[in-house]
Amino acid sequence: MNWANAVLHGILLGGLYALLATGLSLMFGVMRIINLAHGSLALLGAYMAFLLVEHAHISTYLALLPVLPGALVVGYVLQRTLLERSLRAGELVPLLTTFGLLIVIANLLEYFFSPDVHSLDSGRIGGASWRISSHFTLPWFDALILGVAVVVLGGLQLLLRRTQIGRELRATAADPDTAELLGVDARRVYATATAIAVATAALAGVFYAMRSAFDPFAGPTQLIYAFEAVVIGGLGSLWGTLLGGIVLGVAQTVSAQIDVQYFALGGHLVFLAVLILRTALQAGGLRVLPRGASA
Amino acid sequence: MSAVAAPLPPRRVERWTRVSISFTTALAALLALLAFAPLLFGENTLDNLIQLYFLVILAIMWNALAGYGGLVSVGQQAFIGIGAYAVVFLSVEHSLNPYVAMLLATLIGAGISVPLAAVMLWLRGGAFAIGMWVVAEVFAIFVSLDATLGGGTGTSAVLAFNLRYSPEQRTHYTYWAALGFAGVLLVVLFVLLRSRLGASLQAIRDDEEAARSVGVRVLLGKGVLFVLAGAGCTAAGAVILAWQLSILPLGPDSVFGVNWSAKMIFMVLVGGLGTFEGPIIGAIVLYLLQQYGPQNGVWYFTLLGGIAIGVALFLPRGLWGAVRDRFNLQLLPVGYRVRS
Amino acid sequence: MSLLEVRDLDARHGLLQAVRQVSLDVEAGETLALVGANGAGKTTLLRTIAGAHRPSAGRVVFDGRDVTRLSPHERVRLGIALVPEGRRLFPELTVEENLRVAAAAGRAGRWTVEEVLETFPLLAPLRRKVAKSLSGGEQQATAIARALLTNPRLLLLDEVSLGLAPIAVDGVYAALQPLFESDATIVLVEQDLGRALSVATRVVCMLEGRLVLTGAAAELSREQVTDAYFGLAKA
Repeated sequence: MNWANAVLHGILLGGLYALLATGLSLMFGVMRIINLAHGSLALLGAYMAFLLVEHAHISTYLALLPVLPGALVVGYVLQRTLLERSLRAGELVPLLTTFGLLIVIANLLEYFFSPDVHSLDSGRIGGASWRISSHFTLPWFDALILGVAVVVLGGLQLLLRRTQIGRELRATAADPDTAELLGVDARRVYATATAIAVATAALAGVFYAMRSAFDPFAGPTQLIYAFEAVVIGGLGSLWGTLLGGIVLGVAQTVSAQIDVQYFALGGHLVFLAVLILRTALQAGGLRVLPRGASA
Repeated sequence: MSAVAAPLPPRRVERWTRVSISFTTALAALLALLAFAPLLFGENTLDNLIQLYFLVILAIMWNALAGYGGLVSVGQQAFIGIGAYAVVFLSVEHSLNPYVAMLLATLIGAGISVPLAAVMLWLRGGAFAIGMWVVAEVFAIFVSLDATLGGGTGTSAVLAFNLRYSPEQRTHYTYWAALGFAGVLLVVLFVLLRSRLGASLQAIRDDEEAARSVGVRVLLGKGVLFVLAGAGCTAAGAVILAWQLSILPLGPDSVFGVNWSAKMIFMVLVGGLGTFEGPIIGAIVLYLLQQYGPQNGVWYFTLLGGIAIGVALFLPRGLWGAVRDRFNLQLLPVGYRVRS
Repeated sequence: MSLLEVRDLDARHGLLQAVRQVSLDVEAGETLALVGANGAGKTTLLRTIAGAHRPSAGRVVFDGRDVTRLSPHERVRLGIALVPEGRRLFPELTVEENLRVAAAAGRAGRWTVEEVLETFPLLAPLRRKVAKSLSGGEQQATAIARALLTNPRLLLLDEVSLGLAPIAVDGVYAALQPLFESDATIVLVEQDLGRALSVATRVVCMLEGRLVLTGAAAELSREQVTDAYFGLAKA
């Protein structure tokens, strides 16, 4: 049993979860929408990249160049058409529409791509790893994903803190009514948030597809992991999402060391424990979450 | 100098209207009539009706949680799985009569829901929703790791039923069990909503803080709903087991699968969240889709998803909500009407 | 043509009819005080003019243009700004960030962040403070400054004295004084009749959603206004 190596791998896996969870966290933070289709949208990004790789014979990394802007557009349109109306209709309605979207995407993917598994080539970096010592090996690809996650989160944080669109995002998240009264077009702001969220999802989806085999129904599982990462890290905090992803990844890999069938279970139990602990602490008066973010 | 308001005309507060009296009577009569169905209809019809009944149970229970308690749970399948596996466990491992096992299973489900409520009801909103989903996943994994329950490949109660009953008897008894559970749960819900608890639930739904401040026991109200929904979904799981006989713990068709939540959400939102009649209508819609919709899996689900999106956008109050708003109709007397 | 014309406006607040058949004109350059008891419909009226509330009937015409169907941010672009009741700052953003949101989203004009900090000198040292940590008076100053940064042609002030200690209210009104004296068009909701009458050129009184009194501030007696306020005006 190599615990230390398992922990290392868990941290790296956390990078993927954090990247996947970023969009979810953003949409919840700005619009209080839980996008049940998030995992499926990530998968859609992977399939689009797959299509490009198969037909245009380019590397997966190059395929990102058209896929990401495409995802931005998809997200923007999704918000302006489906989600905007869902928000207006009621608090629970986005759950239904994003759930409907999840079903539609999964089934359309199955129709067009067959239920078989596929995978994306990760290039030369794919199989390479750095044998640090007899106990530790560091797979380069996983490290790349973690690096990308950190860059994306950092970039998003900068956007939120330093730019006008970032201020508008934070203001609209806090009080959309008042933001409108100051000249901010709340609908445009929401659409920007969704666009960013779907683009980060697509990025995560492509990396996920490079890392492991994927099929049209992988959406819900990835969705659950993304949720767990967001909630463990604390709703409403971007760096928290990274921490949450890492905690989840480590819980999973360490559990897998005990028994490979415990992989998901470990993550679930840690998630539940964190959730309950945090809520109990809050009830007891300790403030462990930023104001406005409920457990 | 001061203006004195003219005395208000006398007003009556009533619970029953002519429409609701006739409808409730008709519903009770229908339930009684349906009990005689096995004498009138063939196995195919009965089999279909069983499916309708457990869909109705699931719909009204999910609506009880989300519509009346404001608790959106994407994890009620935890109880469906418990119901199904408990019946297998009791009737196969312990040779209990499967129908007795179904009743016991419901009690077990209710029993599990109490400590679960103590833990989960501290959570709010999205955390509660996903938390329940994770709980369901955890139950599923535990079951899949247990060899005596069949492990990852699932299990079946074929023997428990076939050793005791002919297929025809099984269908008949399962039919009555399903109808019985559905009827009892409808009555319990009806009584609950008309009681003080029902009024306090409305208050909680409207404004939790305000309700707490006037003495409404918020956690108790939610707890009652949670346990009821837990017991109800367990009963549905037991019926599902009796109906399909073999079950799986993992995978898209599993008794612990999130597809069940998908169906519950669909039924309640299409029918009308927070109404008494809505979920029943939603269950009928889903049932009709299952029977007469595209049999090809891909197109069936795409249609389901498409309808969900359509309803959410254009009929946000659900079918029943729209009818109710349009005609100011209330078929079942769970509210109050002021008449002047 | 008046800068603002409100015609037969009806607005509901939940199930309650908050504004009933209100018609009102606001001329450019005047300061109109809108008074009335709690629940008379003043806030709903202001919010409907600003676009934050949908009327069920009637029209709002701004500078000759029917804005009834426009969203709030579109009205800001045309020059209507509302300082909402209760201030409604963005709690986790700093004072400067609160201001910059409005500055970039609103119209260009004489009001810039620097200009506003000169007019409200108490805000200058508070630039980097998070809005929720400010006192009531500081928050009110920030809220007003924020609305000004959209360079409005019509400024709507909803109960700027609400929840503030008298000394803080003095400070707010002192800072607002140059605005009242300038050619800015202001509609001011104010519960304190004395203050309202002292800064306004014209007064309107609302009771249960209707306008029950209108007249020049200089010509109306306090007693007349009080009577209308309490619905005692009818013989």
